[in-house]
Amino acid sequence: MTDDRKISVTEDELHAYVDGELPAERRADVEAWLAAHPDEAERVQSWRTMAELLHARYDAVAQEPVPKRLEIERLVRRPRQWIYGAAAAVLVAFVAGSATGWVAHGAASKPSVFQAFTVDALDAHRLYVVEVRHPVEVPGNERAHLQAWLTKRCGWTVFAPDLEASGLKLVGGRLLPGPNGPASFLMYEGASGERFTIYTAKTESGETQMRYAAMDKDSALFWADRGVGYVVSGGGDRDRLTKVARSVYDQAEKNGI
Amino acid sequence: MGKALAPDQSNRGGMSAFRQSVEAMIPALRRYARALARDADVADDLVQDTLVRALRSERLFLGGDVRSWLYTILTNLNKNRRRSLARRPQFMPLSENNPDASGTEAEGRDIEKALATLVEEQRSVLLLVMLEGLSYREVADIQGVPIGTVMSRLARARAHIKASLEGTRPALRRVK
Repeated sequence: MTDDRKISVTEDELHAYVDGELPAERRADVEAWLAAHPDEAERVQSWRTMAELLHARYDAVAQEPVPKRLEIERLVRRPRQWIYGAAAAVLVAFVAGSATGWVAHGAASKPSVFQAFTVDALDAHRLYVVEVRHPVEVPGNERAHLQAWLTKRCGWTVFAPDLEASGLKLVGGRLLPGPNGPASFLMYEGASGERFTIYTAKTESGETQMRYAAMDKDSALFWADRGVGYVVSGGGDRDRLTKVARSVYDQAEKNGI
Repeated sequence: MGKALAPDQSNRGGMSAFRQSVEAMIPALRRYARALARDADVADDLVQDTLVRALRSERLFLGGDVRSWLYTILTNLNKNRRRSLARRPQFMPLSENNPDASGTEAEGRDIEKALATLVEEQRSVLLLVMLEGLSYREVADIQGVPIGTVMSRLARARAHIKASLEGTRPALRRVK
């Protein structure tokens, strides 16, 4: 029989012993103490049984084949999918203009970042184009104020292009959180209520070619110019979208932004 | 180690070392999530969210232990998920004592039920230590608490599970 007072063992030490966290020099003491305290030894043994039960129940999960939706390659291709949760399961169908365009052209060295950026813009587009009463924070009839405000908050020159030639009138704009700080968001509306939005935010991509992305019923053209990313989003009419985007691009060029 | 795991250091089969180390963790993450959340779909949702966050942050990951980092993300996501569910009723599986169930299945159900009765932090500590084999130090970092807190949570969780297992199925006590 060992003398308890010499080697009295704490509750923490018993756990550490079972979990292999006890300093080696203390193990013999604990073992001796357990030999002298069958009730405690039984308790310690029950923890080991518990671990066996856990492994018996759950180790099989780790042996299952990994479901498709958890494959890294798929997840990398679909940034932001998590935001919809599993229930909504709205998959982002990314149709890059040329499938290999992202990598091959080397224009966007970090494709996933820029892709995520475009998805942000499309999300904003989908969220606000359905708004009837409050689609924007500042209405289009205050164009000068809108531009000055967004320019001040964003840190680059935000201007609202004139898209009358494409049959679109400025509804207004709002400030949004972007990937690297604020983002500007402008909304336009056509004669039959169709809406287009222009999202701009800082991007590390520098300059890229114009690319096309589609998500459900909406599509977007996006590019980066002098560190600012542009995403022009609209409905499914790609030709019209292209026309609008060209007009935005040309005016941005002309305005020297 | 940090350097070896940093992104873009090496490239095998087009996948960065970072992504490879994330991929290698998927089976263990699924096991942990299943035990933590109990529902298989919810568990895989958690793993998916964890992976997406990790991959999005690839460039922010400047080396260190990918494994601990992934467990941390998953643990936090589950905490948030539970917070958002807090006001909804909790569904517990009906306890059917199927006499045909094999001993292993019945034991599996018992440990599942016992886990379900633990509070979140205790369940997480118990699983990280006993199922995933993490050290107290790692679990303390994952939960953002001192080691002493980890140990007291672990002790309480073990006592609770022990009582729960003995209460539901005394015959299963293998303990002498």
